[in-house]
Amino acid sequence: MDELMLDGNAIAGLLQEVFAVEMTTAVGTCGGCGAPGPVGAVHVYRGAGIVLRCPHCGNVLAKIVKGDSRVWIDSTGIRTLEVTV
Amino acid sequence: MAGTAVPGRLSWQLAELAEVVVETPRVKTIVFDVPGWPSHRAGQHVDIRLTAEDGYQAERSFSIASAADGTRVALTVQKIEGGEVSPYLTEELRPGDKIELRGPIGGYFVWEPSERGPLMLVAGGSGIVPLMAMIRTREAAGDDTETVLLYSSRSRDDVIYRDELERLSGNGLAVVHALTDSQPPGWTGYARRVDAEMLAEVGPRPAERPRVYACGPTPFVEAVAEALVRLGHDPLAIKTERFGPTGR
Amino acid sequence: MPPKAAKPVVSRGFRGRRAADVDPARLPPGQYVTRDFPVLSAGPTPHTSLELWDFSIVGELDEPRKWTWEEFRALPSEEITRDIHCVNKWSKLDTVWRGVSVDTLLEGIETSGGYVTQFSDGGYTTNLPLEDITAGKAWVVFAYGDEPLEPEHGGPARMLVPRHYFWKSAKWIRGLRLHSTDEPGFWETNGYHNYGDPWQEQRYQGD
Repeated sequence: MDELMLDGNAIAGLLQEVFAVEMTTAVGTCGGCGAPGPVGAVHVYRGAGIVLRCPHCGNVLAKIVKGDSRVWIDSTGIRTLEVTV
Repeated sequence: MAGTAVPGRLSWQLAELAEVVVETPRVKTIVFDVPGWPSHRAGQHVDIRLTAEDGYQAERSFSIASAADGTRVALTVQKIEGGEVSPYLTEELRPGDKIELRGPIGGYFVWEPSERGPLMLVAGGSGIVPLMAMIRTREAAGDDTETVLLYSSRSRDDVIYRDELERLSGNGLAVVHALTDSQPPGWTGYARRVDAEMLAEVGPRPAERPRVYACGPTPFVEAVAEALVRLGHDPLAIKTERFGPTGR
Repeated sequence: MPPKAAKPVVSRGFRGRRAADVDPARLPPGQYVTRDFPVLSAGPTPHTSLELWDFSIVGELDEPRKWTWEEFRALPSEEITRDIHCVNKWSKLDTVWRGVSVDTLLEGIETSGGYVTQFSDGGYTTNLPLEDITAGKAWVVFAYGDEPLEPEHGGPARMLVPRHYFWKSAKWIRGLRLHSTDEPGFWETNGYHNYGDPWQEQRYQGD
């Protein structure tokens, strides 16, 4: 357990800014262990950028870097993402 | 839908401080008037952005403490010594001042009366804030969902919303305090950190399939979630929100 | 329509928690001085015991090298005082470290590789041209001030490459991999600049 760890709720604003829909209720499947779960429940770390990790296996689900007018998202650790539209 | 904002799009807007309420020596509630506020659900939060004269910016998230109430949005902020945003919001900001805010944000850590219960709310320190929004929303809707709040604070003086919680108790709402560091004379309640035994004594049984919301500092939330799963609660029915080491 | 605030609005009386009276020549563009030491991390803090810890140099070299903690600590070390600059816009002046120069670790090594990847417990990596960590530009540090480096700041040992943004100084360092080609690391593959020179304000790709 890490005191610095947050969860997907903490980046709900950033995700909504990027995707223009509420994303914490979206359900992602981990590319590492295959466990599904809501984005709001993933583990979030703040390094130079933001790192989303699977709460079950620790696999890096996504990395997000926010520049002044650009955002980069590496989501190779997420197998599927189910979003309510 | 002509004339309304694009759904989902999040944009910064100006919010004017309308009122300040002192909650505890370290905690204040700041109430903003946000023109065009689209209403919110209990458990949602807002992002706040502060900008200095020279362009330096700081951004933080704060849970909304109030039930939906027109264009009024109340945030409860704990002053973090040596912090950057919370001392400004609690000490410097005056009614009439304007700051930038965007929201409402989030949909996972949210409860609405239509979801029913039984409801189990577990708060550590300022983690009470989004849970108080749920209690106030339940009250405002005249909802009688069976609800228990287990609220851990350091001392009696650190209990946020103490009088209001006392007043709202009953009508299906039970409030149980745990005071971890110091207790007033004659205290007969819990005097230790939240643990599995306490959760079992206070909360609904797993067979009642309660909806659980736990909010607080990360170590608190981890301990609570782990204990609840060990007691047999469905992990998918436990929703958590963790505050960072510097609070919000 | 709610009033939109497209341009940031100054918040009366807000100045953050920044140090005043800083010589502007010491600050790269866009940076602000902080007095405390923010902790940033891409993952959980590893807790590798010193018995299991080692430092290795691998990849394109004549023969891989490896030091146990005891062997590493027996190497000559020095005190280093430098300003550090985080890509998230804070700088911290006159930080004092103790560590082993990368020059000492690379002594006697023959390599055709012109690039290096720092690799760490927890899987973090970051890349630089080899010449940017040699000739007194980089250290493997094990103490901050007079104290052993705390795990949250990268202990038992981290890299210190103060001429680059601080994400180029890997926490929980376990070794260096030498390459003949440049291989972008954990952040360099997703948004952050490949080289990260604070004085050129190379924060993001394309800067």
